[in-house]
Order: sequence, then C-alpha cells, then structure tokens
Amino acid sequence: MGFWNTMLAVDRRWIFLLVFLSLLIPMFLGVTFKLSISPEVQTLYDTLEQLPNGSTVLMTFDYDPPSAPELQPMADAAVKYAFKRDFKLIIMGLWPQGPLQAEISVREAMKDPEIQARNLEYGVDYVNLGFQAGNEFVIQRMGTDFREAFPRDIRGTDYSEVPLLKNTKNFSNVDFVFNFSAGYPGTVEWVQIAVDRFGVKLGAGNTAVQAPLAYPYLGAGQLVGLLGGMRGGAEFERLTGFKAKATTFMLSQTFAHAIVIVFVILGNIAYFVTRKKEQ
Amino acid sequence: MRREIPLIITFVVGVAFVIQYFIPHSPFDRFEQLFSDWFFIIAACAIWLGALNLMKLSLIKIQKRRKDWQYAVVIVVSWLTMAIAGFAGGRDFQTPGTAFDWLYQYIYTPLSATMFAILAFFVASASYRAFRARNLQASLLLVAGFLVMMGRVLFDDILFGRLFENFQPLADVSNFIMNYPNMAGQRAIMIGIALGIVSTALRIILGIERSYLGGGD
Repeated sequence: MGFWNTMLAVDRRWIFLLVFLSLLIPMFLGVTFKLSISPEVQTLYDTLEQLPNGSTVLMTFDYDPPSAPELQPMADAAVKYAFKRDFKLIIMGLWPQGPLQAEISVREAMKDPEIQARNLEYGVDYVNLGFQAGNEFVIQRMGTDFREAFPRDIRGTDYSEVPLLKNTKNFSNVDFVFNFSAGYPGTVEWVQIAVDRFGVKLGAGNTAVQAPLAYPYLGAGQLVGLLGGMRGGAEFERLTGFKAKATTFMLSQTFAHAIVIVFVILGNIAYFVTRKKEQ
Repeated sequence: MRREIPLIITFVVGVAFVIQYFIPHSPFDRFEQLFSDWFFIIAACAIWLGALNLMKLSLIKIQKRRKDWQYAVVIVVSWLTMAIAGFAGGRDFQTPGTAFDWLYQYIYTPLSATMFAILAFFVASASYRAFRARNLQASLLLVAGFLVMMGRVLFDDILFGRLFENFQPLADVSNFIMNYPNMAGQRAIMIGIALGIVSTALRIILGIERSYLGGGD
C-alpha cells in the first residue's frame, strides 16, 4: 500500500488527536492578535454607542449551553457594556435555558470592579423576565404588552412590582433589542415580528452556522449589525474593551481551521492520486 | 363531524390571524390576544407532555429491559433530580445559589457544551473523508469554504499582521463571499420558502390540505 493509500485509510483517531492538540496548545500560548473589525460588527457597536446613557435595552437570550462557547463571550461583553453605559437592562429568553445563560453573563459582569462599584440593583437597573413558551407568539404579544407575555419575572415577582418595568409597556418603550440566537426561535423571528411589525431597532449575535442566514436581513437594514460566531464575539470584545474568552479562543479556532484545511487538501490529493493509479 | 369541526376551527383561527395582522385594531386585536393566550397554554402543556412522555418511555424501557436500558436509568435519575431541585426551590428556583442553579451551572452546562464540542472532531474527520473536488460545483464550494474559514479566523493577522497595517485580504474575500454570493443565495432560498409557506398555509386554512388531521385523506 502506497503513501497516499495509507493517507486515505488513516485512522480517524489521529485526526481527532491533531484537532485536540490544535485546540488545546494555543490556549496556553497566551498570544493575542489585533483583530480587524468587520463592517457588520462595527455598525452594531456604533448603534450602541449612539444610544444615550440610561437607555432601555432588551436582551434576549435564545440559546442553550451547547451554543454557549460561541455565544456566551459576546453576551458577557454585551452585558458588561450595558452596565458600563448605565443601560436599563431587560433580559428574557425564548429558549428555556436562555435566561439562565443570561444569569451567567450577569454574574460574570458583576466580577468587574468598575461594574461592582456602580452598586447595580436587581429590579432597578436590570431585570430577568425569564422564559416564556410560545416562540414568535411571545414576540407578537410583547408588541402589545410585555406584561401579558411575562406576568412575573424569573424570581416570581409580579411585573407591576418591578420598578424598572413601571414605565415599560411594550416595544415602544425599548430603545434597542439585542438578540443572541442559536436557531429557532431566534433572530429571524425577531426580525419578522419585532422589526417588521413593531419597528424595533435590532442587533444580533449568532452562531457561525446560523450567521449566513441573517445576512439578507443585514443587507436590507432590518438588522443594524451582526456578531457572527466566535470571530464576531472577539471583534465585539475588542471594540467594547472587555477582552475575554472569544479573543483567547480565536487562536485555537485558527489552528483547528488550519488542521481541517490541511486534511481536506491532503484527502483530495490522495483521492486524485489513487484514482489516477487505478485508471 | 370529527372532520368538519377541526376544519372549521382551522379556518376561523387562520382567517382571524391574517386579519388581525393587517388590521391591528379593535375588535380584531382581541382575536390575537385570545388565540395567543390559547397558544401559550397549549405550548406550556406541550412541554409537560414531552417531559412526561420521555419519563413514560424511559420507564417502559427499563421495565422491559430493552436494548441500552441503562441509559434510560440515567434519563430517569437526571429528570427526577432536576425536577426535585426545581420544585424544592420554590418560585425563585432559578436564582443564583439555589440547588437547581448549581446543577444547571456545573452539571448541565458543561455536559451539553461537551456533547456539542465533540462535533468539531467529527466534522474534521468527515471533511477529510468526504469533501472532494469531484466536479466544478464541488470545487467552487471547496474553495469558497476554505476562503471563508481562513477569513473568519486569524490567518490575515498571522501572515500579514506584522508586515502591513490593516492588510486583510482573506477577511475581505470572506466578507465579500458572505455579503454577495451568500446573501443572494439566502435571499433566493428565503423567498422560495416564504412562497411555499404562504401556499401551504392557504391550502390548510381553506381545507384543501388535510393531511395534518391524520387518517389518510
């Protein structure tokens, strides 16, 4: 058996090992690079920057732990940025695990000394409305009245008893909506209902797999900006100044991509060489 | 009547939803509230139905010692642990510091993330074995895939970062692919899907499409 035949029959555990090492080693190198900023991330950041301090921002966490490695870093940076700008933060989720992921981001933000010094108060500066079943119907209902979709927050407090929500009836009282999405229901549903029907200003953070589906909305101006995958998260971290996991893991992702590309090239060469010999 | 009543309900609800979308004023907005209330109730019940069904199937599997019944034991134990931790925590069971929150943070989240992360290894192995430039279309896909993969990570910064400031050819090509060919393709697919949804919805509302009722035509 020649070299190329051996290559074609290589045990997949060797590939697993190389991918594993390519992901692991860069984590300990501690090397960071100056990332270029893509236009869709820049426009999202610029829109956030234009909001006055103290604006009301709705963050919707429509993902679960499997997508957290990609989406959590950008969510962490967004929550920190919101607190730094004194945004009044309303959190919710169309996925059952979403609001719990938000709690992780809030907890992470509270570790920041600058944010700690602000003595942010639950119910006054931020509130977590929790999860509501019903997918896009929840968004539609929120267009009329948030309270009808979320009678109580995640801690069981009645909507009318939360000080932050006293003057928040529906989307017209929200300055910006930031959606973190890993699929259905997610960014597409927020565009189709909240943006198209109620005129909401929407920015989104998507997994790398889902991001290409959101580009038509970006081109049409229905999305003000888009953070796509870990790269989008790393760029957002750079712009906000909260460099964390996305920035650190970019090198691992680069090496993993390189390994996949090299293997696909080798696989193709082996395929064509062995096919030629057979002919 | 077993066929007529569901068809009438579908027609009334479908038409009401269409009307309220275009005329969001009284009395049509009340339809939306009424039907979305029903939808919330059905959706909440469906979650319970799914959870209880999972328990039922798992318990039957254990009882009959079917293949891989041991996994069903894991499901039942996990299900009961999360449910008991949730109910024991009362209304604010999801707040930081509760047993449910601990289980979610330190058991459920790492396990779920690990399961999904394994995908990276299988994708790498599958790409090596199956991603072949057999014809022009496959070659185009392969090249576009390579360019996007390289443009979305740090290749530019590693290759050119130290020599040229703001020289990002791979990122530029990747952005071009995402913003033009990808967007055009996605738009075509979305318009096709939307037209399909409209025609199917009309067929269902008008009672032409009845397969959702089950039991043949």
